Amino acid sequence: MADPLTASTVDTTGKAKAKDTKGIKDIEGIEGAKGAANAGGGPGARPGEWRSAARRRAGTPHAAAGSGRARLRWIVGGATLAVLAAGAVLLPWLGGLDERVLDYGAVRRPPSAEHLFGTDETGRDLVLLAFAGLRVSLLVAVLCAVISTVFGAVVGAVSGAVGGWTDRLLMRVVDTINAVPHLLLGIVIVALYRGSLTAVVASIALTHWTTVARIVRSEVLSLRQRPYIDAAISGGSSRWRVVRRHLLPAVVPQAAISAVLLLPHAVWHETALSFLGLGLPPHMASIGNILGDGRDAVLLGAWWIVTLPSVLLVVATLAVSGVAATWRDRLVPRRRSELAL
Amino acid sequence: MAGRRLLFAVPVLALVSAAVFALGALSPFDPVKQYYGVQIFNASREDVDRVRAELGVDDPVIVQFGRWAGGLLTGDPGHSRSFRQPVADVVGERLPWTLLLVGVALAVAVLVALLLGVAAAWRQGGWLDRVVTAVGHALEGVPPFVLALGAIAVFALGLGWLPVAGLTDAGAEASAGQVARHLVLPALVLGVSQSPWLVLHVRQSLLSALAEDHVTGARARGLAERVVVLRHALPTALLPFVTLVGARVPELVTGAVLVEEVFSWPGVASAVVKAALSVDFPLLAALTLLATVAVLLGSLLADVASALLDPRVATDG
Repeated sequence: MADPLTASTVDTTGKAKAKDTKGIKDIEGIEGAKGAANAGGGPGARPGEWRSAARRRAGTPHAAAGSGRARLRWIVGGATLAVLAAGAVLLPWLGGLDERVLDYGAVRRPPSAEHLFGTDETGRDLVLLAFAGLRVSLLVAVLCAVISTVFGAVVGAVSGAVGGWTDRLLMRVVDTINAVPHLLLGIVIVALYRGSLTAVVASIALTHWTTVARIVRSEVLSLRQRPYIDAAISGGSSRWRVVRRHLLPAVVPQAAISAVLLLPHAVWHETALSFLGLGLPPHMASIGNILGDGRDAVLLGAWWIVTLPSVLLVVATLAVSGVAATWRDRLVPRRRSELAL
Repeated sequence: MAGRRLLFAVPVLALVSAAVFALGALSPFDPVKQYYGVQIFNASREDVDRVRAELGVDDPVIVQFGRWAGGLLTGDPGHSRSFRQPVADVVGERLPWTLLLVGVALAVAVLVALLLGVAAAWRQGGWLDRVVTAVGHALEGVPPFVLALGAIAVFALGLGWLPVAGLTDAGAEASAGQVARHLVLPALVLGVSQSPWLVLHVRQSLLSALAEDHVTGARARGLAERVVVLRHALPTALLPFVTLVGARVPELVTGAVLVEEVFSWPGVASAVVKAALSVDFPLLAALTLLATVAVLLGSLLADVASALLDPRVATDG
């Protein structure tokens, strides 16, 4: 009678012990992973350190993940962006591209030594054309991002600083604009004011300021509680002076990040509009125009016409958002755990 | 709650229709010139004046808006010039196809998100997680039309597995088999282009759910890993996911516009492009309002769903 009993107690204590140590190891694992995330190296990799013998469980990260990756993202993103920008400025210039010169003797040539990525259906070299398109797209995007950020920041600052009915009204307007899909509103604007750069810029800027307005407003609302604002008000500053002198400078970093984060959106929006034939005028070879023109060519088997522009578009978008995400993580650390890039 | 939210939708819709109409009224576009096209140079002065009077373009803007809004309310949103059909007929004919496409795409996106997101969070830092995260971030930067062109080039032209575009083969009846074969590519492209946000969100919220106390408690009670993840962590992680799916409706509409256009899918979203290219104001305005209704409905349904799923969610606000 006694034997199985003792045996079972021994067994259970053994199990309990095993569980205990496993629990401790797990905790260590979590701590270790946290340390790794902070230090970047990872104590798990150091020789002589204890390694977790426990079964891996869901949700415990590898020790390797850490700030090394963020650094890599920053370097790779920045370098790619620099290369693309240099290419966009220099290549069309060095190659002597004139978008309006067509060469019907060299239509839809496949990639060769002379034309590295082939020619489009009007005989223009695709390397030069795609980089020229990237330049147009990036310029339009920067313009839109700046306009919508400035507009959004002003609306957000006014809304947050004035409060009351103005605030409520402005936020309802923001809600209403957000209730219409942005591309659709953009299409309506572009359709009615067709065929100019202004229409495209307006269509993008008018639909994208709402995000910035929200961010700036919430920032202003939280800044209003700070002692230095109280001090300024007690010192007799007017509302306008408080806004200009204390609130606006404090929201500049946030607004600048939003501007950079808006860039990929703006590129995306412009490209989509041009692709649908509603965007920039056809003689401006933006990426969207090239892709839109190349759509029928794809059906004829000329896949190379859309390859390079698409790759450039995707790489540029990713590079911009990579740089922007790193910047945001440095400036606003509490958002690090949220969706990056 | 639903009643209050529906009440909120009324001013939004009124504001959107007024704004769209104002955009139309302010634009340099002239409906009479469009009515005539090139023949305006041959038309006699009296004819043009008669058409102007019939179309009512010389009335004050507010009168025109009243006429148009009244038409909308009584169920007559006008006549589409680009389709040469009443707007109501255009929408009625095309809406089911769009709903089919968007529904299937959304199902694909949600399914992909749940499977990959859970798998990635389960083994955080493993090879699957790294692949899913990297591909997800990369796909966020790929516009749907690039994805669609790539899919056409590879699956339709390269491999020849699926048809290039359209609803049926040329001249064929719209039978279930035909439509299903033509639906695969657009629905997959739309679903995949929508999935990265959902996948990354499921992964992230499952990871934070795994760090919560009740999951530690489940582990302390010695439950199997599968039970801990799927029964204890996943349900808490899915609550914000429902809201996210509702909030993604605008992107879904945007994606539908691009995908339908590339695949010549005969839905309302590709009608937007056609209406815009030929400045067909009545159709364009009606479709914009339709999209707004879809967005409001999406967020309303998501809120109702999350209130039903979680009794702690305030049912008013």
